[in-house]
Amino acid sequence: MELLIDGLKKAIEMIFSGDREVFAITWLTLKVCLISILISTLIGLPLGILLGLTRFKGRRLFLLFINIGMGLPPVVAGLWITMLLWRSGPLGDLTLLYSPTAIVMAQILVSLPIVTSLTCTAFQQISDKMLLQIKALGATKIQTLVILIKQLKIAIFAAVMAGFGRVIAEVGAAMMVGGNIQGDTRILTTTIVMEVSKGNFDIALALSFILLSVALLITAVLTFLQQRKRIS
Amino acid sequence: MNPLIELKDITFKAHTKTILDIPEFQIYDGEFLGIMGPNGAGKSTLLKLAAFLEQPTSGDILYRGEIIPNGNAPLDLRRMFSIALQQSLLLDGTVFHNIAIGLTLRKVSKSIIKEKVAHWMELFGISHLAKKNALYLSGGEAQRVNLARAMIVEPEVLFLDEPFSALDFPTKIKLMEDFKGIIETAQTTAVFVSHDLMEINYLTNRLAIIVNGEVKQSGPTPQVLEHPNASTQSFLNEWKKFYPALTGSRFPSSNLKSVEKVSLR
Repeated sequence: MELLIDGLKKAIEMIFSGDREVFAITWLTLKVCLISILISTLIGLPLGILLGLTRFKGRRLFLLFINIGMGLPPVVAGLWITMLLWRSGPLGDLTLLYSPTAIVMAQILVSLPIVTSLTCTAFQQISDKMLLQIKALGATKIQTLVILIKQLKIAIFAAVMAGFGRVIAEVGAAMMVGGNIQGDTRILTTTIVMEVSKGNFDIALALSFILLSVALLITAVLTFLQQRKRIS
Repeated sequence: MNPLIELKDITFKAHTKTILDIPEFQIYDGEFLGIMGPNGAGKSTLLKLAAFLEQPTSGDILYRGEIIPNGNAPLDLRRMFSIALQQSLLLDGTVFHNIAIGLTLRKVSKSIIKEKVAHWMELFGISHLAKKNALYLSGGEAQRVNLARAMIVEPEVLFLDEPFSALDFPTKIKLMEDFKGIIETAQTTAVFVSHDLMEINYLTNRLAIIVNGEVKQSGPTPQVLEHPNASTQSFLNEWKKFYPALTGSRFPSSNLKSVEKVSLR
């Protein structure tokens, strides 16, 4: 209990003392996570809609891979991205390994299947009769999509929140592809792991409170948007 | 009299099974056409084809004498029709939003939408529900919203797929009474699918009986009900056996209107 209180005190102290490194780490964490989830949503939402509303050859197999991807171990994702970006790898010339971009790539790899699969599940539950009714109301294809997205807003935000939960908690892949380089690729989760390994539990605990606050803040905003204008 | 919508040599197949096989079928301007038949007879499929919501496997669908290629109507034509299904399938939003949606999709101005929604809500007696979430309505209220949503676009033809079947008896009667008055005043052509003889008898002036994907008999409603042919007799007789339970008397085969008076008025 004493350790917890010390950690909380340390967190408050670190925030209010204006520790530049803590701010830099927190800012990078926020930036990397938001960019990852934004890209995952921009790809995962249309992909999920396509998988949920249409039928094509190989759809089930594709969906199977997406669902397997939901349980993709971060170290495996990290390994793949590392191999992809390794000097002799296919994208080695881009020299992106050990950069924030590499962390973003790894985080997209772990969150994209979640956003896609949960979006697909939501859209698959739309009955043929509902689609028929919307068509009969005189909707164009684009208008139909807009109506469905609005109707499934809660499920879509839940998919985004689940994806965000995965990226904010991610540490294995970020460590592997980012390298936890001070002032460059150090994010909150990788710093916590490092501080624990050094035995600095108070700093690790303080950083964990900051990480929780960031997660809470983003999730609160998403929940607000999800639940907005719900009429009873 | 030229038909408004005409189906010629239509077949509709699901996989290899023939759901519909109709050499000819017409919907005339201003009529209230009933389509009746047992479950799985192809009533709803016929309705969807006539409303240009499905495309036939073969055959032609004509609108005012003009063939619509592949039954694939352009948006402007599709928007001249409206449909109300058995399940009200309302959207998550206010009753106002639900009724307004057809006009919103047609990009009608907000002031006109407001005016029209108020008018149709009043006609269906649901003005007090305007701000309520449509998903939390009772069955009767939801169907009123459903019908108002279908009527607000002032369709050339209103297609109804068993909109009253899930309602309890008193709610159904009240809504049918109100609806009949509204549709007669608006002089809207309507096509009404049902497997309920009482609903058909009360609302429609022409009736087509469909069995196993084929139109077995059609004509003025009282005539079809009073003089079923060999193909429709067994189906209608089942209803005639059941009818006294509603009226408290034997089914008056010679005068169905009396049933309407006893049960609905």
